[in-house]
Amino acid sequence: MDRFRMIFQYFQSNSESVMNGICGLLALASVKMYTCFDFSCPCLPQYNMAYGLGIMFVPPIALFLCGLILNRQSLVMLEEWRRPQGHRKKDLAVIRYMCSSIMQRAMVAPVVWIIVTLLDGKCLICAFSGSVDPEKFVGFANTSPVQVQQLLAKVPCKDDELMRNNTSRKAVSRYLRCWSQALGWSILLILIVAAFLARWLRPCFNQATLLQARHWSNYIDIEQKIFEETCCEHSRLFAHKCILHFFESMRQEIKLHSFSLPWEGEGAEGEEYLLRGITDQDQVNKLLKMWYYEKPPLDVSQV
Amino acid sequence: MDKFRMIFQFLQSNQESFMNGICGIMALASAQMYSAFDFNCPCLPRYNLAYGLGILLVPPFILFLLGFVLNNNVSMLAEEWRRPRGQRGKDPAVLRYMFCSMAQRAMIAPVVWVSVTLLDGKCITCAFCTSVPVETLGNASHLGLSEWEMKRVLARIPCKEIYDGQELIANEVAVRYLRCISQALGWCFVLLMTTLAFLVRSLRPCFTQAAFLKSRYWSHYIDIERKLFDETCAEHARSFAKVCIQQFFQGMSTDLAAARCHPCGKGRADAGEAAEKLLGITDQGTMNTALKSWHRCKPPLHLHPPALHSDNGWAGEQQPPAHPSASRREMAAYYSRV
Repeated sequence: MDRFRMIFQYFQSNSESVMNGICGLLALASVKMYTCFDFSCPCLPQYNMAYGLGIMFVPPIALFLCGLILNRQSLVMLEEWRRPQGHRKKDLAVIRYMCSSIMQRAMVAPVVWIIVTLLDGKCLICAFSGSVDPEKFVGFANTSPVQVQQLLAKVPCKDDELMRNNTSRKAVSRYLRCWSQALGWSILLILIVAAFLARWLRPCFNQATLLQARHWSNYIDIEQKIFEETCCEHSRLFAHKCILHFFESMRQEIKLHSFSLPWEGEGAEGEEYLLRGITDQDQVNKLLKMWYYEKPPLDVSQV
Repeated sequence: MDKFRMIFQFLQSNQESFMNGICGIMALASAQMYSAFDFNCPCLPRYNLAYGLGILLVPPFILFLLGFVLNNNVSMLAEEWRRPRGQRGKDPAVLRYMFCSMAQRAMIAPVVWVSVTLLDGKCITCAFCTSVPVETLGNASHLGLSEWEMKRVLARIPCKEIYDGQELIANEVAVRYLRCISQALGWCFVLLMTTLAFLVRSLRPCFTQAAFLKSRYWSHYIDIERKLFDETCAEHARSFAKVCIQQFFQGMSTDLAAARCHPCGKGRADAGEAAEKLLGITDQGTMNTALKSWHRCKPPLHLHPPALHSDNGWAGEQQPPAHPSASRREMAAYYSRV
C-alpha cells in the first residue's frame, strides 16, 4: 500500500508532468487522426476552397477545445478566478500564469495538425487549385475562363477521367505542394525559434515574480486535490459511523421488544461482536427493511 | 486486507477516473465496431434513406443505453430516487448531479459513432444519393428521364458495379460531392460537441460552484455508504453462518452423545485443538448422520445465545450440560476429578 501511496503522491506533486503527458498524447492523436482521415477533395469550383480550408482550420479548433477540456488545471484556474475574495486575496499574476501555461499546452495539438496538413499538401492543393494563374501552365493557357475554372478545380482528383494523364495537372499539383511544404516548414521554424527564445530569455525578465506565480499555482492545484481527498476520507468515516449507529439502534430496539437471552457479555469478541445483536432471520429482514424505508438521519453527533 | 482497503480507497477517491476509463474504452469499442461493420447499401430508391439514416442513428441510441447499463451508479440513482423519505430528506440537486454526470459519460460513445460515420461518408452517400443536384453536376435535361427513372438510376450511385447512369452524372463526381458534404457535416458536428462540452465544463465554476461541491460530496457519500452497508451486511452474514453452523454441529454431537450414553473422549483436558475442530463427530456413521441432517433438515435461522457461564464454583455435574463450550467441558472434567 505504500507503493500506491507513493504513486499517488507522485502524481499529485507532478501535475505538470501529467499535463505534459496529456498534451503529448493529444498531439499524437492529432497526427493519427489526420492519417486515418480519408481526404477527398470535391473537385468542384466553389466547394474546393471551403473544403480545403475547412479541413485545415476546423479540426484544430476542436483539438484546442479538447486540450482545454482535458486539462484539469483549467477548472482550477476558473475556480480561482471566480471565487469570492473571502479571507484570501486573489493574485492576478498567478491566474495569468496558469492561463498562459494552459493555453500553451492546448495549442500544441492544433499546431501539429496544421503543420502536418501543410507538409502533406493535399489541403492546400484542394483549396487553391482554382486560384493559380492558368497562363503559367501549358495545358490550361488556351481555354475559356469558365472551362479553365472547371479544369483547375479538378486538379486535386488524380483519377478523374479528364485529368488522368494530364501533365499540366501534375505541374499545378507540384507547384501548390511546393508552396504548401515551404509554408509548413517556415511555420515550424518560426515556432521553434519563438519557443527557444521564450525559454532562454525568460530568466532575464521577472524571474522572482515567475517563481512566485509558479509556486502558488502549484499550491492551489495541490490544495484542491487534497481537499477532495479529505472529503472522500471524511464521507467514508461518516458513512461508517452512520451504519454502526444504525445497527446499534436496531439492536436497542430489539432488546426493548424481545425477551430473548442477551448475546453480549462483558468481553464480547469475535463473532458475537460482529453479529451486533442481530441473530435471527426476522431481525435481519427487519433491519434490511428499515434500511430501505427509513434511512437514518445524516447526524452522527450522538454516537 | 489493508492492501485491499488502500486499493479500494484509491479507486474510491478516483472513482471519476475509473468511470472515465470505462468511457474511453466504450468510445474505442464504438470506433472499432464501425470499422468492423460491413456496410451494405441496398441501392434501391426508398430503402437507401432508411438504411443510411438507420445505421447513422440506431447504433448510437443503443450505445447510449449501454452506457447507462454498464454504469454501476444507475441502480444507486434509482434507489435514491425511489426510497421513502423516512428520517432523511431527499435533495433533488444531488439526484440531478448524479443523472447529469452519468448522462455525460454515456454520451461519449454515441458521439464517437456519429462522428466516425459522418467522417467516413458511406452512410450519407447511401442515404442522400437520390438528392444529388443533377442539374449542376451532370446533364439531366439531355436524357429526358422521368423523375422515378432518375431516382432509380441515382440510387445505384453507392454500388459502383451496377451503376448505369454514367451519362447522367459521373459516379466519381457524385460520390465526391456527397462525401464532401458528409465530412463537412462530420467536422461541424465534432466542433459543436466539443464546444458544448467546453461550455458545460467552464461555465460551472462561474455560476454554481458551491452547490456543485455540495452535490458532489453527497453523491459520493451515498455511493460509499451503500458499499459500506453491503460490506457490513456481508460481514454479518459470514458471522451468522459461522455461528449457525457451529451450533448445528454442537447440537448434533450433543444429541448423539445423549443417544449413546457413554462419555466420549471429548472430556479430556488435553483434547487439543484438532479434537476441538472435530466438533465431537469422530466416526463415519456420525458424520453421515450429520450430513444427512444438514440436507434434510437445515437449522432455523435463529441463533441461540451462548449458555450463561456458571462460575459459582459448583462442581457436581456428572453429565455435560445442554450446550457446552469446549472450555466449560474442561472445567467440568477438572472439578469432577477433584
